[in-house]
Amino acid sequence: MSAVTQSQSRSIYQTTHSPQRVARDALRVVFVYALLIGFSVLFILPLLWTVSSSVKPIGSGMRFPPEFFPSQIVLDNYPQVFRMIPFARYFFNSTLVSALAVTGELLSASLVAFAFARLRFPGRNLLFLVLLSTMMLPGVVTMIPQFVIWRTLGLTNSYAPLTAGAFFGPAFSVFLLRQFFLTINLELDEAAKVDGAHEFRIYWQIILPLAKPALATIGIFSFMGSWNDFMGPLIYLSDTNLYTLALGVNYLRSFRGGGELSYQMAAATMFVAPCIILYFIAQRYIVQGIVTTGLKG
Amino acid sequence: MASLESRLGAGATPHRRPWMTQSRREAIVAYIFISPWLFGLLLFLVGPILLSFYFSLTKYTLVQAPQWLGLANYERMLTDPFVGIALQVTGTYTLLAVPLGTVTSLLVALLLNQKVAGIRAFRTIFYMPSLISGVAVAIVFSWLFNHRLGIVNFILSRVGIQGPNWLGDPNVVLWTLVLMSLWGAGSGAVIFLAALQGVPQSLYEAAELDGAGGFRKFWHITIPLISPVIMFSVITGVIGTFQTFTISYLMTGGGPGYATLFYLLYLYRNAFNWFEMGYASALAWVLFLIILFFTLILLRTSSLWVYYESAGRER
Repeated sequence: MSAVTQSQSRSIYQTTHSPQRVARDALRVVFVYALLIGFSVLFILPLLWTVSSSVKPIGSGMRFPPEFFPSQIVLDNYPQVFRMIPFARYFFNSTLVSALAVTGELLSASLVAFAFARLRFPGRNLLFLVLLSTMMLPGVVTMIPQFVIWRTLGLTNSYAPLTAGAFFGPAFSVFLLRQFFLTINLELDEAAKVDGAHEFRIYWQIILPLAKPALATIGIFSFMGSWNDFMGPLIYLSDTNLYTLALGVNYLRSFRGGGELSYQMAAATMFVAPCIILYFIAQRYIVQGIVTTGLKG
Repeated sequence: MASLESRLGAGATPHRRPWMTQSRREAIVAYIFISPWLFGLLLFLVGPILLSFYFSLTKYTLVQAPQWLGLANYERMLTDPFVGIALQVTGTYTLLAVPLGTVTSLLVALLLNQKVAGIRAFRTIFYMPSLISGVAVAIVFSWLFNHRLGIVNFILSRVGIQGPNWLGDPNVVLWTLVLMSLWGAGSGAVIFLAALQGVPQSLYEAAELDGAGGFRKFWHITIPLISPVIMFSVITGVIGTFQTFTISYLMTGGGPGYATLFYLLYLYRNAFNWFEMGYASALAWVLFLIILFFTLILLRTSSLWVYYESAGRER
C-alpha cells in the first residue's frame, strides 16, 4: 500500500522536472566536481610530493624555490637508503611483527566473537558490556605497568610485548566481528548441529568462510595498526637490530646524510607502500566490511 | 550420548536427568571460546590498571622496589607547572581537532555520497592519507611546512600570502598540527558515508514533497539520523587526541618552548627518560580520569542531541 503511493508520488514528482530544475541539477554536478577535485588535490598532493621528492637529486631539500617535479630523476636514492640503515632487516622485522599480530587478532577475536554472537551462556550480556566498556579505555593507564611486567619477565627487546595482546581477543575487533556474525542466519548452526557438528566445526567450517569480508577488514586494520605503531617499538626496543620500520625510518635521520630530503622521502615511500598496496588489494572487502560490520553505530 | 538424550527429551521422561545438558555443554564451550579474551582482560587490563594505581602511590625508579608515598605524587602534580601546560596544550588541541575533524569528515562524506561518475576513485583518494603512519606524516610534513624552504609557504607566496612559521611560532604550531590531523579525515568520512547511506531515501522524498530544501533536509533528517555515529566519532576522537604523542615527539619535540608539550609526551619523558614510573603512573591515572569524565559527559548528554531510532529497526 505505502509502496504504491510512494511510487506514484515519485512518478508525479519526476514528470514535473522544470527546465530550471534541470539547469540547477547540472550546476550542482559541476559544483560537486569542483569541490571533489579541489579536496582531492589537497589530500593527494603530500603523497605525490613524497614520491616525487624521493627521486630528486641530493640537496634538493635546501634549494629555493622548492620544485614539485624533480629536475632530474635519481633512482639511486632508494639503494642508498639500504646502505645507510639495515632497511631490509627492518622491513623483515616489521613484516614479522605485523604477521604475528594479524594472525593472533584474527584467530582470537573471531573465536571470542563467535561465542558472543552465536552461543548462549550465562553472563553473556554482562561480559559483552564489559567488553564494550574496555573499548573506551585509554591505553595510557596500562602502558607503564605493562612495561614493568615485560621488563620483569626479561622480554623487553623482544617482539612479545608488541604482539602478545593480539592473541587475547582485542575488544574492538571482537565487537566488529560479533556484529558481522549476528547477520549470518542462525539456522545454519542449527542445521549443522543436527548433522552432528560441534561448535568448533561450525565456527571453523561454516562461519569463518562466510565472514571473509569482515575478517579482511579487521586483518587490514590490525596490519596497519601494527605496521605503523611507533610508541610500542619506541618503548620496548632499544637494540637497533630489532627495530621495526617505524623506528628505522626515523633512525635514518640521525645518520650522516640522513638529513637529505631525497633519502627521507625514499624511506618514507617504501615504508608506506605496503599499506597502500594492501589497501588496493583488499579495498573491495574493506568497504563491504565497514558497511556490514555496522561500524555505523 | 547425553546430548542426544536431552534432544529427544521433550516427550519421554528420562530416568535420570543427565548433568551435562545441551545448554550446559554449550555454556562450557562458550567459556572456552571466550577464554582468550577473559585471560587478556585480567593480564593486560585489570591487572595492569590495579598495578598502575599502586605505582602511582609510590616512588618507583625501576632500580629499587617501589617505596610507598601515599598521595604525594598527586600533590606534586598540583604544583608541577608542566602539568598545567601539558593539560592546556592537550585540551586546546582536542577542542580544535575533534570538532574540526568531525565537520571535515562529515563534509567529505557528504561529497562522497553524491551520485556522480567516478566517485569510487575519489573515495580512494580521500581515504589514502589515513593509511599513512604517524612517523611518515611527521617526516613528510616537517618538509612541507618548513618556514623558508617548504612548498606550502612557497605556494602561499605565489598568491601573495606570507605564510607563517608553521612549526616555529608557538602561537601557530598547534594549528599546524590540527591542520595535519585533518589530512586524515578520510577514515572518519568512510564511517560517516556508511551512515549516510543507511538513511532511508523515502524520508528525503517525503520531505521534498513537503517542500523542504537541501539544507533543511540535511539539518532535520540527515543529522538526527546519523547522530549516533557522530557521537561515536566524537568520543573516539576525544580519547585519541588526548593521547596524542607521535607527532609531537617526532616533529616538534614539545616545542617551540612548550607550545606542543602534549600530556602524553610529558608522561613519556617522566617514565622513560627520567624513570619516574610512580609519578608517570599518577599522571596516567589523572589523564584516565579526565578522559573518563569527558566520555561520560558525552554519553550522559547524548539523549539531548542524539536521535535513536526505535528498537524495532535495530539490525
